[in-house]
Amino acid sequence: MTALVIAEHDNATIKGATLNTVTAAAQCGGDVHVLVAGHNAGEAAKAAAQIAGVSKVIHAEGEHFAHGLAENIAAQVLALAGSYSHILFPATASGKNVAPRVAAKLDVGQISDVTKIDSADTFERPIYAGNAIATVQSLDDKKVITVRTTGFDPAAAAGGAAAIEAATAVADSGKSHFEGNEIAKNDRPELTAAKIIVSGGRALGSSEKFNEVMTPLADKLGAALGASRAAVDAGYAPNDWQVGQTGKIVAPQLYIAAGISGAIQHLAGMKDSKVIVAINKDPEAPIFSVADYGLEADLFTAIPELIKAL
Amino acid sequence: MKVLVPVKRVVDYNVKVRVKSDGTGVDIANVKMSMNPFDEIAVEEAVRLKEKGVVTEVIAVSCGVTQCQETLRTAMAIGADRAILVECVDELQPLTVAKLLKAIVDKEQPGLVILGKQAIDDDCNQTGQMLAALCDLPQATFASKVEVVDGKARVTREVDGGLETVSITLPAIITTDLRLNEPRYVTLPNIMKAKKKQMDTFKPADLGVEVKPHLKTLKVSEPPKRSAGIKVPDVATLVAKLKNEAKVI
Repeated sequence: MTALVIAEHDNATIKGATLNTVTAAAQCGGDVHVLVAGHNAGEAAKAAAQIAGVSKVIHAEGEHFAHGLAENIAAQVLALAGSYSHILFPATASGKNVAPRVAAKLDVGQISDVTKIDSADTFERPIYAGNAIATVQSLDDKKVITVRTTGFDPAAAAGGAAAIEAATAVADSGKSHFEGNEIAKNDRPELTAAKIIVSGGRALGSSEKFNEVMTPLADKLGAALGASRAAVDAGYAPNDWQVGQTGKIVAPQLYIAAGISGAIQHLAGMKDSKVIVAINKDPEAPIFSVADYGLEADLFTAIPELIKAL
Repeated sequence: MKVLVPVKRVVDYNVKVRVKSDGTGVDIANVKMSMNPFDEIAVEEAVRLKEKGVVTEVIAVSCGVTQCQETLRTAMAIGADRAILVECVDELQPLTVAKLLKAIVDKEQPGLVILGKQAIDDDCNQTGQMLAALCDLPQATFASKVEVVDGKARVTREVDGGLETVSITLPAIITTDLRLNEPRYVTLPNIMKAKKKQMDTFKPADLGVEVKPHLKTLKVSEPPKRSAGIKVPDVATLVAKLKNEAKVI
């Protein structure tokens, strides 16, 4: 029994979500191999070989892997799938994009957003926006899984010494083409990996206010910035800051929700945080039902005070 | 060009579901059902493409129990031209739905299939990608902008960290993200008109698809409850608690 982890990387470094996925893969029992498919991705493959618990890194090199197009990555995974009992992807935008394509070609069901591995074929996953936890058993011989990274500790990024093996790259599908991207420049910690997150909602009122009030607090705490869907839809914060069922799922040490009412869909993205602080004017806001510390106050006075007190 | 839009009937997004005490599932008897929000966005996008003259016909399809007819009528009230129901009483998992949809795709030969990115009940986020794989078609998931030009679709996708634009050759599969559009409200005259539109019904067997589960649900349980928190009177107390009690700053 061997598990294959599809690494998420930017061709030079391995992204954090891969480390959590390696931990999940190790819990399936057996060896853990990592696939790095990319363009000029030698450095990423070397980094993958350092991850503790990885016994082999498979490096597939090709220009058509540069941007992780689903058609090409899925074909590469399928070319290797024969020798593996478990194929795991991090449940990130790119993992979710590719994994079902692999599962369908193998004619197996896919298990999404696994938060716990009970045994080699039994897994736990949240359903209904995290309002229920389903324990599911896979009836297929191969398991294709996406791993909710907040459910597993990251494997150590150093200390391993896996062999790197070059794989024959599959041909370009030619059906899809990468045209460009706009990746937000961000000096802050990555949202899904941050220890502290300060998150703002509709109550901020405008993107200027959002920046003016939330940014200094995030700077002070060295925190990542998050937002509710209402704040994102209103244009106060960029899309990729959205925390919730359809945005990012986070579980930091400290989550500060300012001016967020706490709809089911938002709670789904943050209720596994260790400590939750809610700052809200409305004493009836549902966010107070999950907050460890609730402060009933106007965020425009409370947050500057908070910054001063820190 | 035809567009196929799969829609799913799910528990309304505002309902807080309860887990059944025997752990067999979630209690959905007598709970309000509606169209999965991402699917509404998919129907809206298909109808907008038709209004732009890019698309000639919009076909809504749903797989599941007889009551899915209501969901299909809603899709037709938004602007879908006709509907297909694949009627099935057994539980359907994404791979089976993808196989049923593939059979419909083979029949109808649409230029585009637009699906929601995920259903808010099983939260799987699989069906669109699986359909793309089974049909050997390119996919653009989590779309926030779609343009159809010269036999290609140019799609802006929401990815971690920002946006990405891909161009895919048609026919293709697209799944919608929240910010693709704002679905219109259905009006009473359109609801009345939708009642007269054509709806065909098939069984999985008619489409040559075997319904079999790939996953068995052993148990459904409540998520761990958070212990009740406290309200603090002022910022100073909050900071003191975070420093001394929770030790997180």
